[in-house]
Formats: sequence, C-alpha cells, structure tokens
Amino acid sequence: MFYTSFLMKNPAIALLILIYWALHQDIWFWKSAEPLAFGFLPVGLTYHALYTFGAAGLMAVLVKVAWPESLEYEVDQDGEDSTKA
Amino acid sequence: MIPALVVFLYLGIVLYIGVFAFRRPHPSGAEDYFLASRSLGPFVFLLSLFGTNMTAFTILGSSGHAFHNGIVTFPLMASASALIIPLSLFFIGTRMWALGKKYGFMTPVQMFRDRWECGHIGTVIFAVQAAFLVPYIIIGVMGGGTALSAISGGLVPYWLGGALVALTVMSYVFFGGMRGTAWVNTFQTVLFLSFGAAALLLIGNGMGGFERAIGDLLESPATKPLLTRERIPPLFYLSYTFIPLSSIAFPHITIFCLTARHMRQFKKTVIFYPLCILAIWLPCVFLGVAANRVVQSEKIQQKIEARQTLAQNAAALTSGERSKLRAEMAADDVVLILLETYAPLWLAGILGAGIMAAVMASDSQILALSTMFTEDVFAYYGGKQRFGETVQVNTGRLFVVLLTLVAYAVALRAPASIFDLAVQYAFSGYAALSPLLVAALFWKRSTKWGALACATWCASSVIATAVFQAMVPAPAGAPVTILKLGGLDFLMRTANGTSVFGLMPVVPMTLISCLLVIVVSWLTKRPSQGAIDRYFAISPQSQRSERFQKA
Repeated sequence: MFYTSFLMKNPAIALLILIYWALHQDIWFWKSAEPLAFGFLPVGLTYHALYTFGAAGLMAVLVKVAWPESLEYEVDQDGEDSTKA
Repeated sequence: MIPALVVFLYLGIVLYIGVFAFRRPHPSGAEDYFLASRSLGPFVFLLSLFGTNMTAFTILGSSGHAFHNGIVTFPLMASASALIIPLSLFFIGTRMWALGKKYGFMTPVQMFRDRWECGHIGTVIFAVQAAFLVPYIIIGVMGGGTALSAISGGLVPYWLGGALVALTVMSYVFFGGMRGTAWVNTFQTVLFLSFGAAALLLIGNGMGGFERAIGDLLESPATKPLLTRERIPPLFYLSYTFIPLSSIAFPHITIFCLTARHMRQFKKTVIFYPLCILAIWLPCVFLGVAANRVVQSEKIQQKIEARQTLAQNAAALTSGERSKLRAEMAADDVVLILLETYAPLWLAGILGAGIMAAVMASDSQILALSTMFTEDVFAYYGGKQRFGETVQVNTGRLFVVLLTLVAYAVALRAPASIFDLAVQYAFSGYAALSPLLVAALFWKRSTKWGALACATWCASSVIATAVFQAMVPAPAGAPVTILKLGGLDFLMRTANGTSVFGLMPVVPMTLISCLLVIVVSWLTKRPSQGAIDRYFAISPQSQRSERFQKA
C-alpha cells in the first residue's frame, strides 16, 4: 500500500490548510455585533458562515490537487488481480 | 396530541425503512450485516455520515448553548468542525477505506493489530474506545425520552418515550444492520435539512421578522453581548478547535468510512460536508440566540430570570441553590418552546419528528460497539473459528439487544448531568486518541508500545479530570486556581469544568498523547519490515499511476 507523505512534498497545501485554520481565530470581530448582514445577521456569525462556505471551497481544491489516486489504483488493481485469480 | 401522533408515525416510517425497505433477500454474513457489504453509494454515504455525526446535542444542545452564550456557539462547534472533520475524512478516512478494502478490516482495532503486530494491546484500545462510547449511547436514550415527552406536552412520560425510542432503534439495528442504519440516517438527515429551513422561516415570521428580533437584542445591554463573542475567553475558543479531531477517532465514524463502494465517494462527501453543517447549525444557533427575545413565553422568561439571578448573586447562594438555578436555566428545549409558541400543531409535529431524527443518533454507535465486540473480541479470541460466521452475526445482534437494555435501564435511574459530563470528556478522550490513527497510517516508526502509552494516557487523563471535578466543587463565579506553576495559573477549576493554563483539558491531553506516541515509539522496537511494507511500500504500478496522474 502506497502512502505518500503528501503534506511534506507539497508545503504550499500544508501552508494553505494552516492559514485557513488560523483564520478561524478571528479576534478582530470579537466584541462587535455590527454591521448586521441582511439587517439581522451579526458580523461574527456572518464571518463564520462565510468561513464554512470557504471550508467547502478548500476541500474542493484539495480534491482537485491532492486526491490520493494511487490508493484507489492499488485497491482497484487488487480487485482485478483477485478476479483474474 | 397531534405532534405526538406525527412523531409516532415518523417512528413507524423509520422502523419500516430500517427493517424492511432495503433488506437483501440473501444477506451474506458479517461484512453484509456490519458494513453493508462495503456497498453504500455517494448519496447515502454523504447523508448518512453526516447524520451519524449529528446528535441530540447538534439540535437541542446547540440552541441551548447559543441561548446562554450567544453566536459564539457557531464558530466553537460548527465552523471548526466544518474544517477539521472533512480534512480528517480526506486524509484518514480515505486511507482507512483503502486498507479495509485491501485487507478486509472491519474495525480500527483490526488495523492497529495488523499494523503494529499486537494482540492484547489491541484489546486495551478496544476497551478504551468502548468505555468512551457507552455514555454517549445512554445519553441518546435519555434524549429520546426527554424529546418525546416534551413534544407530546407530557402525554408520553419520560420512561415510555425512552422505551419507544430505544425499542425502535434496537429493532432496526438488530434486523437491518449497517444497511438499515445508513438508510434511516439518510432519511433523518433529509428530513432535518428540509424542515430546518421551514422552522427558521416560520419562527422568524412569528417573531415579527428577524430584523426586529435582533434589533431588540441589540438595544438591551443585557442581551447585546449575545451577538458578540465576548463571553468566551480567546484561549478557550482556541481549545475548541481540538474537539472535532474526535470525530474521525469515534469508532462509529471510522467504521462508517469502510462502507463506501468507491473511494471517489469521499470527494463529494468532503466538499458538501461543510455546507450540510451550515444548513443545520446556522438556523439552530440563530434561533437559540433569538429565543432571548421571546419574553412572552413563561418558560423562556423563567430561564432568563434564573440566568440573571445566578450571574448577579452567585457568591451569596448556596451550592444547592446554584444547582437549582442551573437546572431552571437549562435551555436544551428552547427550539421546542419556539415551535410550541409559533408553529401550527401539525407542523410542530413534523418539526418535532425532525428533532427526534437528530436525537436518535445512537443507532450507529450501538452498531459500532456491536461490530467492535464481535470482531475485536469474539472473533479475535477464536469465537468465529469455533462457531462460524452465522453465530458471530447473531452474537452481534444479541449484543445490540443487551446494550440497548442496559442503556435504557441506566437512563431511567441515573441523573443526566453525570452523563453530560461523561460525554463532554468522551469528546476530549477521542480527540486525544486521534494521534493513534495518524501514527498508524503516516509514521513507519510508530510501535505498539507507543500506541499502548497513548491509549493508557487517554483513559487515565479522562479519569483524572473526572475525579478532579468530583473532588473540587465548581466555583460560583470566576475560576479558582488550584495549582500554580512558574507564577502562572496551571490548573484551574471553572464553573463548567477544568482549565490548564487557560486552555480546555483536550489541548494538553492531545499534545501529550502525540508526545507519548513519538517518544515511546522511538524507545521501543519497530514493527517487522513485512508489516511496514504492507502499509508503506510503493508498488511499481502505483508509481506509474501516480506519475501518469500528475502528467
């Protein structure tokens, strides 16, 4: 089974994840309720709703550039081999 | 009575889906019962995995937490999970799936035993995982009783509500195994996603619009802080990002990762998972905060008054008076109260069924514990070889019945607060166990002794924290320093728990856990080259495949 130490080979992706995690610690909106998005959503809640959207985007990027194809390939190969046997 | 009837109808539908709807005419042994023959499609895999992670706490607890603490509940529990859980599924879940498919693993302990060439150490890890999971199952039964009793307006007593929910869950887990459980979870998630939005619109309309509700909260100095995060210290907030690490270490989640038909099913799951979190948690947290404005409700008024009394006179009150006030201000039912106040009866029933859907999340935990018992104990110690696979599956079913009966009996007698505490530390315990998975999958040099040190540390640190909190009474107001180190507050007892250097215990627990795996592994003999090669050797075909993909 092939396991690549992906993050060590791709520091940019590791850094992106780290930065995104750090963005969760948004001390800048700590004590402010306003401005209100759509007239009722406090700024702290709006930020984290957008952050959650962004997390979906980050995962889409990871799927695109860092998907461990080799794992899938290994398993598929094994399946084919056992079928042939 | 109408809401209760709708909920009964819902329980009937759930039972039908779990037992009959997706049953196969010729089920094929343990892998079919415990893992649905590793055949779940993308839609069921995503929604069921999400539903498995969604518990009573998600709906009732999050609104209750937001009612008292404000919007901070969302970043604490939802947006942190929206990042960490998909990441752990991406890096760990996919690898667990591939190993399960390749070597036939059905539980994480089977993988640990193979990876580190150990036997009884695997049993120790099983025992620690099981001990953390049991309180979670009990709290699920308790939640079922409480919710059904509340939705029926007290017509269905707690004991009967708990019994009905436990019986329903037990039946579909018993007959349907993983396939039945996965489809029930899918149905429940769809139900909740659909009606969560309906509840939000309806309640918002009933309040005269959210703009007005939030405007009122902003104007009052007592409620304005609920729209910010100033009630929570930043270090505590930082600590909370460690909690979602527990998700992938929960055996029912790790085992669920093995049920996907193809690895590519994880792609959609990790992308849509944060969006599902947003769809469920944002309305729950928002409604919990907005409930502070529903002063015409006597029940909500009582909770607000209890909170104010506790905040203003805590030091002058006796411990018994403080406990009474805390019980009065318990807010897990605020969403139910909002429904009662603003929704027509028939819709309250449907929305109540949605709430029941979240409360009944103990199904996958019961099934996971049964899988672990039959695979890691019964089969490992020769039961499968001696009695055959049919007896193994029936043992799993018997285990489901016994576990549900025990959980129900305990739920009837024990005070909920004990299990709330146990669940609170189960999350920390599982988060601290997560380095085991990382070490097994990504670090060649990790050893069984490192794993044993980690598991022992997790169990003992959870017990130590529980004993500490039992022995040192919670302070009325500000945290009390128990131990100083280098002039800094090292160990503190807070109103709701413990803090170490201002952090939640989960942080030192997880960091020390990592350290123990690393140090003890370096000091002990590495696994054989054969074992390491099974997990890390790269086949020429894979190398070619990878180069091809990159090209």
